[in-house]
This record gives sequence, C-alpha cells and structure tokens, in this order.
Amino acid sequence: MRLGGVVIAVWAALSGAAFAEESATAIGDPERGAKMFKRCQSCHQVGLGGKHKVGPHLNGIFFRPAAAFDDYKYSKGMYAAREAGLVWDVDGLGNFLEAPKATVPGTKMSFRGMKKEQDRNDLLAYLRTFSDNPQDIPEAAPTARKVEVELAPEILAIVGDPDYGEYLSTECTTCHQTDGAYDGIPSIVQWPTEDFVIAMHAYKIKQREHPVMQMMAGRLSDEEIAALAAYFGNLE
Amino acid sequence: MKLNRRGFIGAGAAVAASLSAPMVMGAGKPRVVVIGGGAGGATAARYIAKGSKGAIDVTLVEPSRTYYTCFFSNLYIAGFRELSSIAHSYGTLASKYGVNVVHDWAVGIDRDAKTVSLAGGAKLSYDRLVLSPGIDFVDGAVPGWDVTSQNKMPHAYKAGSQSELLKAQIEAMPQGGTFAMVAPPNPYRCPPGPYERVSMVAHVLKEKNPTAKIIIADPKPKFSKMALFQEGWGNHYDGMIDWVGSDFGGDNVEVNPDEMTVSIDGEVTKVDVCNVIPAMKAGKICEMAGITEGNWAPVSGHTMQSRIDENIHVLGDATNQGDMPKSGFSANSQAKVAAMAIRGALTGSKVFPAKFSNTCWSLIDTEDGVKVGATYEATDEKIAKVDGFISKTGEGAELRKATYEESVGWYAGITSDMFG
Repeated sequence: MRLGGVVIAVWAALSGAAFAEESATAIGDPERGAKMFKRCQSCHQVGLGGKHKVGPHLNGIFFRPAAAFDDYKYSKGMYAAREAGLVWDVDGLGNFLEAPKATVPGTKMSFRGMKKEQDRNDLLAYLRTFSDNPQDIPEAAPTARKVEVELAPEILAIVGDPDYGEYLSTECTTCHQTDGAYDGIPSIVQWPTEDFVIAMHAYKIKQREHPVMQMMAGRLSDEEIAALAAYFGNLE
Repeated sequence: MKLNRRGFIGAGAAVAASLSAPMVMGAGKPRVVVIGGGAGGATAARYIAKGSKGAIDVTLVEPSRTYYTCFFSNLYIAGFRELSSIAHSYGTLASKYGVNVVHDWAVGIDRDAKTVSLAGGAKLSYDRLVLSPGIDFVDGAVPGWDVTSQNKMPHAYKAGSQSELLKAQIEAMPQGGTFAMVAPPNPYRCPPGPYERVSMVAHVLKEKNPTAKIIIADPKPKFSKMALFQEGWGNHYDGMIDWVGSDFGGDNVEVNPDEMTVSIDGEVTKVDVCNVIPAMKAGKICEMAGITEGNWAPVSGHTMQSRIDENIHVLGDATNQGDMPKSGFSANSQAKVAAMAIRGALTGSKVFPAKFSNTCWSLIDTEDGVKVGATYEATDEKIAKVDGFISKTGEGAELRKATYEESVGWYAGITSDMFG
C-alpha cells in the first residue's frame, strides 16, 4: 500500500490536475495486484526492459488508446476497438479484465476474465505503478521475471521447418483453433518463436502443469517444437 | 492490352465455359471420394481439399444435411447444451474448401471398377476411397430389441432425433420411476459415453425427480474411468445409481419393449425409460465393400489403408487399428494421417511418420469434468499407445471446473477442424 500511495502521489503531481481527483483514492492494493499479475505474466511483461511477448508489454498502459503499438500485431477486434475509441483508463481496463471476449470481440487474449472487482482493482493498482510517467516507461522498477526453462542456445537457434510444422500442427488443431479463437483452450497462433519454444519445453519436462500438454509435448523432439513454433508463429 | 467492355464480356464467357466443362478441365485430376461426414470423414475431406489446393477432386457423401455430433449429445440430454449447438452443416466445406458435398447414401462399392453407387442412382469414380461410416448395431445383440423398438427403447447412440427422444422420455418419467440402461460390450464407440450418459440422466433426475432410480445392466466387469465415475456418483447422486456388471449377471439381459420390462439375470424389472445401447460393428458399407474381418475393418496404422484393399482408407469407429479408443478425437486424428498419405500418393506431397492422439472428456455433474488421453504411433502390427494420463480421484473443484471448460474449448476446436 505504501508503495502504491507514493507512486500515485508522484504520478498525480506529474500529470497535473486533470486526473487529480481520480488519483486521490487508491484503486486497490498493488502488492496483492503483483500476485494477481502472475496470471498474466506468461504472456505480458511489465517493468524495466519489458518487451512484447505473446501479448504487448504493459508499461505505460494507463490512458493509452487500445492497439497503440506499431510494433505489435493485435487482433482485428483490438484494432476495431481502437477505431471505436477504446482507451485504457480504469474503466476500460476494468471492463476488459472482467470479460475480455465480451468487451473486445475477437481479442486474442486467452483469458477467461477476472470476475471479482477487488482482484481487478488490485491488479490495476499494480499496473499503474508502471504508468506513473507514460513518457518515460523504462524508469519504472523492474519486475522479477524468472525464465521458465533455461534452454541451450543451440536449441533456441534451431530454425523450424514450417512444412513439417504444418503436418505436426494437425495434432494441435483438434483443440486449438487456427483462427486464434478462444473458447476454453488458449490461442497458440502468432506467438514469438522463443516463447513458443520455451513453453513447449516447459511442458515437455513437466515444469508447466497440464497433463494433455505434457503428453503432447513429451514426444516432440527439439526440431519438432521448432517446426511448430515456425508454423504457428506465422499463421495469419 | 486495353480491356474494353466487349473484350471483358468475352473473357467472362470463356471462364464460364471452362467452369461448365469440368470433365474436360479436370481430366487427369485425381479423385477422392469420402463416405461419411463425421469426425473422420469431414476432417479428411477438409484436409485433403485444403492441403492439395484444388489438385485433388474431393467428394463427400453424407446423407444428413445437418450433422449432430455424438460428442456433447449427453450434455444436451442434461440441458447443458442446446441441440442447435451440436448441429453442423457442410456449407463451409463446399464454399471455402471446394469439397463436392453430396447428400445421399452410398449403397455399393465396386472395388475393381473403383466406383461408389449412390441410392439416388449416381456412380462416383475414385482413385482413393475413404470410408468413415461410424457404427451400426449388431443384429440380435440384445434379445428382445431391434431397430423397430428404438422409439420405445432408444439407443441415442447416433445423435439427433434419438437424443431428443431420450431426453423427452427422461423428463416425462413418473416420480420415483426407473431408468434402465443396457450398456454395450467392448469394443464400442466412446468408451466413457454410457457412463457420462448415466451421470447426465442422474443430473436431470436429481433436480426433477429425486426419488427416481437408475439401473445399468453391463456385460463388462469394468468400464472406462470407472473409479472416477463411481466416486462422482457417490458424491453427487448417492444411492440413485445401481451398476450391475457381468460379475453380477449384467451380461444376461433381455428386454421387452412392449411391456417396458428388463430382465437381468432372470429378474424382471418394470422400467419407465430404457436406453438400449447394443453391441456395435463397423458401418454397414464396410461390410458391403468386403473390407471387414469380423465386425470391423482392419487397417494399417501408417496410412489408415485397409489391409484388404490399398485403395481404401478407413477411419474412426469402423476400424480395427490397435490401441486407440473409438472416439471422435481418434477419428479426427486418424483422418489427418490418412489425408497426408492420400495427398502423398496422389500428388507426391511430403509424407511424415504417422502420429496419433486422443483425449476424452466426460462430465459427471455441473462443472465436474474428467479426462483420459493418450498418444499413439504406427507400428507394422497396429497403432500402439506411447504415453497416457487420466484424471485422478479426489481432485479439487477448481481443477474439475477447468477440465470442463477445456472440454468446451475442445468442442469448438474439433468442430472447426472438421467443418472449417
């Protein structure tokens, strides 16, 4: 709480009077929000050096319009939301977190939604600690982000054969939809290669929990994982 | 060249002419006929058409214009799904993938001439034939029952009107009435299916008719996910379900549809609803094609080719392939191996080693989902299991809910993989 209070005070001072009233009351508990963020961090980075991964980085997200980055490929639904004027303020983010698919139809964010208002508020309080000065994003404190699996550079360097990946992908598409739709099973299209490879190896060594995925990944070779990453990564 | 209006019309006419003469334009194009538009056939048609990008003519023969998936039909019976949500049509296969969809019955196969005769009179030539007809019932498997009794004692093991009938009968049961199921012997379509069915019936009865009873006469000593189901029945429907396995006479059954009685090991019980799921065999067309041995069609796991005729690939429930269960997931998985092999044989596209997988989700009660799955590979003898898993007894409610939600996602995934 103390951390959040300080940051919000600084933020209010920097951003002038326009949002002063809103910032006078804390959104939620950022320390608890940091724990909630664990559910997000397999796809989103926030903090010093945060990069786009499966999802865009979340530094400076407050008061930014939806689909604002040129170097990240959003879903068509997210671009449409930007056209419609969606801005990531407390309400915009809160609604999206509560029901992603209803708020932005077609979003590729594979997240069912955060039903409890307190959870959303705490998460937003945490995210806002990285939006204190949207002009100067990397100044925010870094978040500890452990690498899921330490892979040898030669495994990460394998260039996958997308044709082989296309054949192997037929085992995935019984459950995962190729258009990126999410109805209870996550989208696996257009992931950055490294994230895809690391996630699959994490299943393979049973570090990630999921019996089906552990089984499917368990018999894939390094080349096969790279082939799948190459195929799904470029699937339109 | 400057394209004037006249020239443009002329070009258009030329295109129209070429479209109306497919026999000339398509001469030499390899032809694949797929019989059966379920999880095996629809997937195979889509993957062959999509992968070959028009280089192979694909015709899908399926009598139903609307296909009801067997998977999730139990959830319809329980009221978790609308019937419309398990109904699918073939429009996208035709419009997006160029599959020639023919709604007719295949009534004969001439393996020497490589033709399929349709009930409507047409004859289709093929270079490769894919048979994915699902199951038919073994005549006389349950004494007293035949297809003419299926209105009084529904099987509801081919989804659609039978599912609607069974649902209506369950809802109309008198208070404190009895629901009986005659379960099938191995091997049969969807091993956990009868027991998920019982769970869903119990779910309905618990709400509408809590003093009703369920009795299962089973010719088997044990069944798929038995520990999980029995634990769930104890948790959710304590005392309602009585399972009579073969060790207790469940294999000695006779039914009387007119009297609505079931005799189990000589003891006759009057019942209100009787769900008879008879022993199964490969869809009749396999037998007519002469590619069955016993009740099923033997296939090679490398390509899903019939062991009797290399120009025929058989998929899904109708096959005898080895370790895979008869399920929609299995059929979908096998269809992709067959599609790859057929494209390789007809157009020389790349062929990779066959890989298969299966997962079966079952619902025991609201948000109480369980699953079992395995991966498989082709050996010269059979499709052999590589690795597997099963849900555990005593799992927490959160995990069971997640498993159920995953099954909903899988349904969306496999149906879009089948129908596009």
